[in-house]
Amino acid sequence: MATVSQPKSLWSGEIGLIAVLAILALLCIYIAANTIEGAYGFHMALGAICAAAGIYAIWKRYEARPAARPPLEINGLPNYNFGVVKFLTIMALFWGLAGMAVGVYIASELAFPDLNIAPWFNFGRLRPLHTSAVIFAFGGNVLLATSFYVVQRTCRARLAGDLAPWFVALGYNFFILIAGTGYLLGITESKEYAEPEWYADLWLTIVWVTYLLVFLGTIFRRKEPHIFVANWFYLAFILTIAMLHLGNNAAVPISLFSAKSVIVWSGVQDAMFQWWYGHNAVGFFLTAGFLAIMYYFVPKRAERPIYSYRLSIIHFWALIFLYIWAGPHHLHYTALPDWTQTLGMTFSIMLWMPSWGGMINGLLTLSGAWDKLRTDPVLRMLVVSVAFYGMSTFEGPAMSIKTVNSLSHYTDWTVGHVHSGALGWVAFVSFGALYCLVPWLWNKRELYSLKLVNWHFWIATLGIVLYITSMWVSGILQGLMWRSYTSLGYLEYSFIETVAAMHPFYVIRAIGGGLFLIAYCLMLYNVYMTITASEAAAPAAQPSLQPAE
Amino acid sequence: MSTDPVQVDKVSGQTTTGHEWDGIRELNTPLPRWWLWIFYASIAFAFGYWIFYPSWPLASNFVPGVLGHTNRAAVLADVAFSNQVRKEMTADLQKATLQQIADSPKMLELALAQGKAAFGDNCSPCHGSGGQGQKGYPNLTAGRWLWGGTLDQIQTTITHGIRAPNDVDTRSSMMPAFGKDGILTAAQIQQVANYVRALDGLEPEQGVDLAAGKQIFADNCAACHGDDGKGNIDMGSANLTTKVWLYGNDINDLITTITYARNSTMPAWGQRLDPETIKSLAVYVHSLGGGK
Repeated sequence: MATVSQPKSLWSGEIGLIAVLAILALLCIYIAANTIEGAYGFHMALGAICAAAGIYAIWKRYEARPAARPPLEINGLPNYNFGVVKFLTIMALFWGLAGMAVGVYIASELAFPDLNIAPWFNFGRLRPLHTSAVIFAFGGNVLLATSFYVVQRTCRARLAGDLAPWFVALGYNFFILIAGTGYLLGITESKEYAEPEWYADLWLTIVWVTYLLVFLGTIFRRKEPHIFVANWFYLAFILTIAMLHLGNNAAVPISLFSAKSVIVWSGVQDAMFQWWYGHNAVGFFLTAGFLAIMYYFVPKRAERPIYSYRLSIIHFWALIFLYIWAGPHHLHYTALPDWTQTLGMTFSIMLWMPSWGGMINGLLTLSGAWDKLRTDPVLRMLVVSVAFYGMSTFEGPAMSIKTVNSLSHYTDWTVGHVHSGALGWVAFVSFGALYCLVPWLWNKRELYSLKLVNWHFWIATLGIVLYITSMWVSGILQGLMWRSYTSLGYLEYSFIETVAAMHPFYVIRAIGGGLFLIAYCLMLYNVYMTITASEAAAPAAQPSLQPAE
Repeated sequence: MSTDPVQVDKVSGQTTTGHEWDGIRELNTPLPRWWLWIFYASIAFAFGYWIFYPSWPLASNFVPGVLGHTNRAAVLADVAFSNQVRKEMTADLQKATLQQIADSPKMLELALAQGKAAFGDNCSPCHGSGGQGQKGYPNLTAGRWLWGGTLDQIQTTITHGIRAPNDVDTRSSMMPAFGKDGILTAAQIQQVANYVRALDGLEPEQGVDLAAGKQIFADNCAACHGDDGKGNIDMGSANLTTKVWLYGNDINDLITTITYARNSTMPAWGQRLDPETIKSLAVYVHSLGGGK
C-alpha cells in the first residue's frame, strides 16, 4: 500500500464529461435561441439546465471525494458500486407510479370519453405517455438497476467506469423526461413505442452505447471463469435494443431548429421496420431483459440451483435466433408481401418452446422449495410472474397464426395479451426483484412487512384477472361483431354499435387497472418503510419469513 | 467460490455443473423430452407450411408455395363473389323507383338490409345508431323534416347533402346571424327568443315583452318561418311549433341560435356512395318512423 498522499486533481473522465456537457449546454442554448417551436425550445432549455446541473454535480463531487480512486477490492472482497443501483431503484418505483396512474386514467377515458381533456390529456397524447412510462421508464430503470447489481455480484467485480454508470442512469432518465413531456406537448414521430423525436433518439443512442460499455467493461473485469446466464440475457437485450433503436429511428430532421424529422423508410418497408422494432422491443426488452432478472432472483430467493444449465443455453440461443424474425405477424393481411407474413407466423410458432424454456427453468428451479411459496409472498410473486410469462408466450404464437389473427387483430384481445405479459410477467417479476433488492441495497435484514407484500400480491392478481378476462371477452366479441354478416350479405353491426358494446368491459378493465395501481401503492409504502426503518427495530420485530396468510 | 466442486443435488439427484455465482449453482439436468419434441414439431410445422405457402425471398422473387396462395387474390375473389351475388340480388333495386321498392316486400327486405348496413357506417356517427339524432344532428324518427320526409325528398337530401360545398345542387338555406351581424340588439333577441318559445307552448321568462317579440318575429323571421312559425320545407326553414328542437329549446340555446345562426352541414353522399345504396338508404331512413 502506497502511503504517500496524492495531490487531488480532476480525473480525465471528469474533465472529459465536463467538456461534453459544456458543449451540449451551449448547443442547447444556441438551438433554444433560434427555434420558433415553443415545445422544442423548452426541451432545449431543459437540456441546457440539466447539462449545467451535471457540471455542477461533477464539481461538487470532486470537492467532496478523496484524491485516490475508489479501490476495486477491500480486504479481498469486491468493492461494489451500489449507489447508482439505489438511484435507479428509486427512479423505477417513481416512474412505475406515474405510468400506472396514467394507464388507469386512459383506461377510464376509453370507458368515459368525457375524461378526454384537450389537448394535453387527450387519449392520443396520454397513451404513448403510459406505454413509454411503464415499459421504458419503469421497466427500463428496473433493467438498469438489476443489471448493474447482478453483473457486479455474478462477476465479483466493481462496476466499470467512474462517472459512466451515473451518466447512464441520469442520461436515461433525462431521455424519459424529454420523451414524456414531448408527448404531452404534441411532439411525436408517430411510431408506436418509438415516439420520441430525433434529438431524443440521438441522446438515447449515446446513453445506450455507454451502458453497453459499462456492462461489457464489468464483464471483462470479472473474477469468475464463466459468464452467468443472466448476463447473457442482459447483453443480448442491450445489444439488440441498440440495433433496433438505430434501425427504426433512422430519421432526418427537417432542420436543426425543428423537433420534426422525416423517416428514411417509406411505405410497407417503414411498417416492416416499425414492427421488427416493435416486436423485438417485446422480445429483447420485455422478455430477454426480464428473463435475466428471473435467472438471478428466482434461484437466489428460492435458494435452489437453476433447474437445467443445458436448457438455459439451448433456449437462450433459440430465443435470440428466432425472435428477431417474428415481427411481420403484426402485419398479417396488410400490404406486406405474403412470404414475409408466412415467415413472421412460422417463426412465431417455432418460438413457442424457446420461450417456454425460460418458464421451465424458472418454475422447476423451485423443485424442493415449493413449500416456500406458502410463506414467502416475494417468491410467490416471482413464480406467478413466470407462470404468466408461460401463458402469454403460448398465447402469442397462437395469435400469430393467420386464421386466429384474422379474428384477434385490431381488437382488445391484443391489448389483453399485452397486459397479461406486462402486468403478470414484467411487472410481477420486477416487483419480486425490487422486493429482494431493496433490503440488500439498504442493508436491512428483511422488508418492513411481508404481510403488505401478500396484500400487494393478491390485490394485483385480482386486478390482472379482471383486466385480461374483460379484454378477452371484449376482444373476441369485437372481432365476432366486426365479421358478422346478415343472411343477405350485409354487415350485421355498425362500427359504432361495436364500440357501444365494449363499454362494460372497459369499465371492468379500468377497475382491474385501478386495483393493480392501489396494490402498487402498498409496495411504495412498504419500500419507503423498509428504507427508512432503523436497522435494529424492523427486522428484529418479526421473523425473517412470516407465514403469509 | 468461482470453481466449485461438482455436487449431487439431494432433491433431484442431478449433479451440479461445477460453477457458482454469488451462491447460485446450476444443475446438469438434460433437456425435458416433451419440450424438445414439441420444439422439433413446431420446426417441422414451419417447414411444412413453407412448402404450401409463399415463404422464402429469392433474388428477384420468392418461393410461391405449391398452393399458389396470395392474400390479394383471395380478397379479390371474395369481393368478386359478393359483388356477383349482390348484383343478382339487387338488380331489381337498380331499376325500381323508390315507391316500387317500398311496395314490394321482397325488394323492401333487401333495401332495408342494405340501408341499415350503409346507415351504420355512414350516418350513425351523427344521427345515432337508431336515427335518433343528437343536439345539432336531426332526429330522423320524429316525423319532423327540414327538407321533407317523402322518399324522394330524403333521397335528394342524401344525394346532395346540406350546405355541401362540393355539390351545386346541395340543399342550402342561410339563416342570418342576427346578433353577430348587428341586425338585432341583445334585448330584441331575448324578446323574440321568448316569443318563439311561446309559439311552441313553452313558458316565457318573467317580465319579457312578448308583444315586442311578436313584432320582431313578424319583421325578421316570418319571411322564412311563416307568420305562424310553421316553417317551409321548400326553403328548409324549421317549423318552430313541433316540440322538436335541433339545437335545443332552452332560452340560452335559442338566444345562441338567433345571435350566431347554426347552419350546420351534411356531406353530399352521391359523391361517395353508389345510387343503389342511396336508394336503399332513403328507404331505410323513411322506415325509421318519421317517413311521410
